[in-house]
Amino acid sequence: MAVEKTAPAIELINVSRRFLSPTGKSLTAIRDFTMTVERGEFVAVVGPTGCGKSTTLNLVTGLASPSAGEVRVMGAPVKGIDPRIGFVFQTDALFPWRTVIENVMAGPLFRGKPKAQAQASARDWLARVGLARFEQHYPHQLSGGMRKRVALAQTFINGPEILLMDEPFSALDVQTRVLMHEELLRLWSEAKASVVFVTHDLEEAIALADKVYVLTAGPATVKSVYTIDLPRPRIVADIRYEQRFIDYSRTIWADLKEEVETSYARAAA
Amino acid sequence: MTDATVNIPTAAFRPGTSDAEIEAAAAKAAAHRRHTVTFWRLGILVVFLALWEIAGRMAWIDPFFYAMPSSIAGRLYEWITEGTSEGPLWYHLYVTMEESVLGFVTGSVAGIIIGVALGRNRMAADIFSIYIKVINSIPRVVLAPIFIMILGLGLASKVALAFVMVFFVVFHNAFQGVREADRAMIANARILGASDWQLTRSVIVPSAMSWIFASLHVSFGFAIIGAIVGEFVGSRYGIGLLINIAKGSFDAAGMYAAIVIVMVVALGAEYLMTIVESRLAKWRPQPLHETQ
Repeated sequence: MAVEKTAPAIELINVSRRFLSPTGKSLTAIRDFTMTVERGEFVAVVGPTGCGKSTTLNLVTGLASPSAGEVRVMGAPVKGIDPRIGFVFQTDALFPWRTVIENVMAGPLFRGKPKAQAQASARDWLARVGLARFEQHYPHQLSGGMRKRVALAQTFINGPEILLMDEPFSALDVQTRVLMHEELLRLWSEAKASVVFVTHDLEEAIALADKVYVLTAGPATVKSVYTIDLPRPRIVADIRYEQRFIDYSRTIWADLKEEVETSYARAAA
Repeated sequence: MTDATVNIPTAAFRPGTSDAEIEAAAAKAAAHRRHTVTFWRLGILVVFLALWEIAGRMAWIDPFFYAMPSSIAGRLYEWITEGTSEGPLWYHLYVTMEESVLGFVTGSVAGIIIGVALGRNRMAADIFSIYIKVINSIPRVVLAPIFIMILGLGLASKVALAFVMVFFVVFHNAFQGVREADRAMIANARILGASDWQLTRSVIVPSAMSWIFASLHVSFGFAIIGAIVGEFVGSRYGIGLLINIAKGSFDAAGMYAAIVIVMVVALGAEYLMTIVESRLAKWRPQPLHETQ
């Protein structure tokens, strides 16, 4: 058990993932992918569209298994869905037929908690994301930003030690997105979870993360890793005007740009 | 329930009108539209019945075959007040309803269970799909004589026929609904900790529910068809029997009267179903004009 305590939260060691396209062709989504996420670390993964960023997350959840290499969570190989993992989706994954509070209660109830306890805890989390007044609403009655808050509460209520986020805020407008960044950083600093945040938005990645992984155009592999040494707590709305932020942004973009261009040229061909 | 695109007179929007004036104009336009719809609906019915009656009385059509609204109404009145030649009308109606409801309930429950089970299990679906296709290709009514031979003239044979009428419709929709369940939602539930059974019960079935309900709407009508066809082929009671007897005695009014009864019952059932559905589907977004 001593080993488990000190092991990184997530390790992907020389992982490849191949799959069959609907037409029966074998495709490689990621290749020789190596990444380590320390406990409590916030890692952002950026790369060109469709390069296989989401695949890395599915490997960590256990929803997909690697074709080669090894995926370890808290020092142990991944076998099935790990209860210590939380996932925030790009698309709306709330249950539309349940009220807001029933959505947030889903996790604890699935995990066999008594209803009263689940309800109390859901109330608490809804208050923390500022939706206490919307308990009895249905998801369709909320704005996109509010639905994302529900999704965050739904995920955080399970007390995940690892939080995987797949372009969670890409569907939101710019102002709402900045608010959600603040919200996420606040929740994260309280929960002390390890985060992998997949995005195609470089500024979002720099503003949030401790480390930024830049992926190559598909099949994805790690091109370079940048440590973002900006002080915390960060004010996301303001940080983008700081000189060091701009420097990071320029350096990493120079790196990412090549891959985006490769990917674009390939799509056009 | 009308998808009213209310035509507000453009004059209402001229500069200087208050919001209240515009709203009043809109309310007036909506009321006017509702009245127009009701007027034409009733008008068409009245004209149709009147033409039928006149055509019968003027002998443009032979009332012996086509009856007349007045004689149909007369027959209905007679059945209601004095009963039919085969006993009280209500008993026949009760028998047909009992057969339909039993067939409907058993057929839809079986359809939902098997549809969801096969929808969740791709292997089983691939194996059984060929048999379902084959059985589904049989026109259901040809089973009536077989059921009556096996199960007799009573309740069981009609329920069995109503069952097969309902089962396949519901099965197909339940199956399809399960297949269409959103993948992100399923992944979300699994990561939140849902077991297979919890996933089926609290994610798959609710998300298939709108598909299932669409089939329940039509399938109560199918259950009635099953019951009545069964009664045609052989029975001692039921609306189908009344139609059969009316046919045997060349009583056109009796046949149409029985059809009217079935029509009213089917519409009533449809209405009930709509109420139940809107209760269950209160989570669904309402069209804007209904929330106003």
